[in-house]
Amino acid sequence: MLIVKSLCTEYPGDRGEAVRAARDVSFAVPDGKLFTLLGPSGCGKTTTLRSIAGLEVPKSGEISLHGKVVFSSAAGVSVAPNRRNFGMVFQSYAIWPHMTVYQNAAFPLQVRRDRPDRKKIADRVMRVLSAVALDDVAERAATKLSGGQQQRLALARALVMEPQLLLLDEPLSNLDAKLRERMRFELKRIQRELALTTVYVTHDQNEALALSHEIAVMREGRIVQIGSPREIYERPCSRFVADFIGTTNFIDARVIEENGDDRCRVATPVGALDVRCLDRMHRNEAAIVSVRPEDVELSEQAPEAGGADAVRAGVVDAKAFLGEHLDFQVRIGDLVLLARAHPSLRTPVGEKIFVRLRAEKCIALRAASAGP
Amino acid sequence: MSRTAALLASSMRLPLPEARWLVIGAAVALAAWLALAPLGFLLWQSLFTPETATAPGEFTFDNYRTAYWSAETLRLLGNSAAFAAGSASLAFVVGTFFAWINERTDTPFKSAFFALSLVPLIIPAILFTVSWILLASPKIGIVNVAVQALFATDFVVADIYSMGGMIFVDGLHQSPLAFLMMTAAFRSMDPSLEEAALMCGAAAWQIALRMTLKLAWPAAAGVFLILFLRAIESFEVPALLGLPVGIEVYTSSIYQAVQTYPSDIGLASSYAAALLVIASLCVYAQSRTAVAAEKFSTVTGKGFRPRTMRIGRWRYVTALAFALYLAIVVVLPFLVLLWCSLQRFYVAPSVAALKDLTFDAYRAVFAYPVFANAVWNSLVLSAASATIVALTTAVLAWIVVRTRLPGRWLIDDLAMLPLMFPGLVLGLAIMVCYLNIGIGVYGTLWIMLIAYVTRFMPYGMRYNSTSMLALHKELEESATMSGASWSMTFWRVVLPLLKPGLIACWLYVVIVSIRELSSSILLYSPGSEVVSIMIWEYWQNGQYVELSALGVMLIASLLGLVLLERFASRQFGVASPGV
Ligand SMILES: Nc1ncnc2c1ncn2[C@@H]1O[C@H](COP(=O)(O)OP(=O)(O)OP(=O)(O)O)[C@@H](O)[C@H]1O
Ligand SMILES: [Mg+2]
Repeated sequence: MLIVKSLCTEYPGDRGEAVRAARDVSFAVPDGKLFTLLGPSGCGKTTTLRSIAGLEVPKSGEISLHGKVVFSSAAGVSVAPNRRNFGMVFQSYAIWPHMTVYQNAAFPLQVRRDRPDRKKIADRVMRVLSAVALDDVAERAATKLSGGQQQRLALARALVMEPQLLLLDEPLSNLDAKLRERMRFELKRIQRELALTTVYVTHDQNEALALSHEIAVMREGRIVQIGSPREIYERPCSRFVADFIGTTNFIDARVIEENGDDRCRVATPVGALDVRCLDRMHRNEAAIVSVRPEDVELSEQAPEAGGADAVRAGVVDAKAFLGEHLDFQVRIGDLVLLARAHPSLRTPVGEKIFVRLRAEKCIALRAASAGP
Repeated sequence: MSRTAALLASSMRLPLPEARWLVIGAAVALAAWLALAPLGFLLWQSLFTPETATAPGEFTFDNYRTAYWSAETLRLLGNSAAFAAGSASLAFVVGTFFAWINERTDTPFKSAFFALSLVPLIIPAILFTVSWILLASPKIGIVNVAVQALFATDFVVADIYSMGGMIFVDGLHQSPLAFLMMTAAFRSMDPSLEEAALMCGAAAWQIALRMTLKLAWPAAAGVFLILFLRAIESFEVPALLGLPVGIEVYTSSIYQAVQTYPSDIGLASSYAAALLVIASLCVYAQSRTAVAAEKFSTVTGKGFRPRTMRIGRWRYVTALAFALYLAIVVVLPFLVLLWCSLQRFYVAPSVAALKDLTFDAYRAVFAYPVFANAVWNSLVLSAASATIVALTTAVLAWIVVRTRLPGRWLIDDLAMLPLMFPGLVLGLAIMVCYLNIGIGVYGTLWIMLIAYVTRFMPYGMRYNSTSMLALHKELEESATMSGASWSMTFWRVVLPLLKPGLIACWLYVVIVSIRELSSSILLYSPGSEVVSIMIWEYWQNGQYVELSALGVMLIASLLGLVLLERFASRQFGVASPGV
């Protein structure tokens, strides 16, 4: 179990002031799980990861793995990065250009204090290289590898040392789209097979959703929500998270009445809606309703309104064909909703269309916590 | 020149206006003449006997026979090689060590150290050498005097007049250059390569040996070659320290052959030919390592952040080492010159001598009949050569970068060719050239102007083509579309936009011109002395205190100029190629 407690890391800024890149970051990663730090550029993901690695010295906080403290500002403990035995894949891969593929992968074993003999090293290196399908290019110069191969070599180098913890900094961001998708599954398979405790950094929400056991969404150095991919996607706690993870429609609203634990009724520009609310909301409180485009159901015939679902009539404003699906912009009064539909729906622009919003897919967020 | 820039270059298929051809033609002809004529005459001269009043020169291979087929040959080659290899190694080790400390460790006061370590670059070699003679000569050197007084012996601790002394002084004088170039090499290396090793469990020394050094290797080989070349070309140190005890290298042999009576220019020229061969080999090898270094240059842009290694308590040791180094290369030489300049005649520092401090030496310098003339000559020469170099190379750089003229690479090569001439060889070649072409420049300021322009043309080319590459060609094209002629465009658009680079280039050439000694020494005559020559003459006459006074003033004014140049470069964002 990796435990990070109130981690703060600062950089000296240009004018001597401190840039607070990670502020009060806390999370825990159970053994064998993959934990993702997700957030926009410059939010402090790399900083947090490097603090765990020991490449940056945090200002305060505590980091421990399997109960062993590797950093603690209170106790004045800071284990050197080369004594932590954490495997790391750098964003640039950091493949050493003056070595062959084999030498790159063998390096971590060669510099160990308890250096295994030559034969053992060769065994372990070749095992890892074949796991990432690089065994047939082992003697090639590392600079001659393609991007995907370099990525796998970087991973092999991190794995060969049998790390207690694996740290990955946007390992797929330098690959092209197709390869990225393939490597994503590859990475997932390896991580699940070896059951390696992993911290993964990315700014790509799809990657995060596809790979992780748990995701922490970061913003300006802080973690704003931690949860499973499904929780984060379906029940974002703030407008920022809802907006950052996938695309979403926001509808301004005001609470009319609370209906039990997580239901309430809100007034919106398109009339009253039954929605889910994650925090307790009070009457007359300003709120924002978030609906994913794929949850905006479209049909040409009026569907029967069942239970708490709302049905509205609208007009197709614009549409875009994207291959696997079709994006519609539907105008209901003054409100324009983005809807994602099956390409078989062929309603022309300007025609009337019916929209159904299911209560459990509409999430009410507190306007105050929702932020800008 | 960058291929892309050439490809980007605008079409030259349009009919060409007259002015353009005139300017281009003149600039190219000038470059070709400056680079090629002296070379030709030098080689020609090396095949003739000395011309005397009674007999004209005769064709002969004797010069080469004397130069390369005698017992002397091996000794000279051995001395030169030992001196250059020793000096380059010392400079390289010292420079690399401090560059590593400065770039890769958390040593305190790094930025101050960095700024200060550039100061020795501006101290002219002759002054640096003299200051070390004052410090470590067997008879008057402060180190020896102090030790002898302390232990009441006549034991000589340090003898600067030896191969070891020459290597020590020249190596130290070049170490800031090594420092600067290795700093650049370390900077172009992706630090995450080292961090990856750290995460793999490697210790600091393992990283330094197996990553940092190995990765920096191609760049380091290039740096070493440059240092070797500079040491082979070095004149002041071998002349001042080697000649008095009979240790000769190529440069000092050339000087001797010219200075003996009757001067044997043919022999000097054949020595010079050897130097040229060595220099071109170095330049060629260096261009090869540059290609290799390119492959290893691994800065990736994204995720790049310089990182320093925490070396714990060692940082105080490294800081101390840095301070000690600065004391040896900057403070000590300058202080000893300052001390010397305040004496009536040279004595080692002591409390007794403190009472005799005087400004007499400075007064003597100002009263020296040649002084005013020399200062004036230095100023005129440096300003004129800087202006000519800056403007000519601007046109040349424009041709190379902007046009698709066939053979424009030749222009680039021509302009860079003088880089291969050691200063002394260039002086010799120009002397031979204009002794044979009777246009009356020999023995005037003009011949020195020609030498300076030739010698510093490559630097101008570097400055100008860098800033030309950064200049978007559409800026020119829009001027043309507005109806401006080529000369109008060049004068009103290109030059003003290049101004920052031009100013930095101009100041740089002024600085190196004022310091210039090794070419001037063969070309000056009474009336055309410059400041550096005056220092040389003071040395020849044994006037140490006047020399020191002049040296102190020279260093102070050069320091001012360098600060100005740095300011200009920074202000306009042009990288200076280093002093
Ligand atoms: N060495 C440094 N010195 C000063 N400020 C830094 C340094 N490194 C990062 N920062 C600042 O700290 C903040 C967080 O940076 P960090 O690299 O952790 O972001 P990130 O989330 O990894 O972004 P990206 O997705 O672009 O990699 C940024 O505002 C950045 O400008
Ligand atoms: Mg990052």
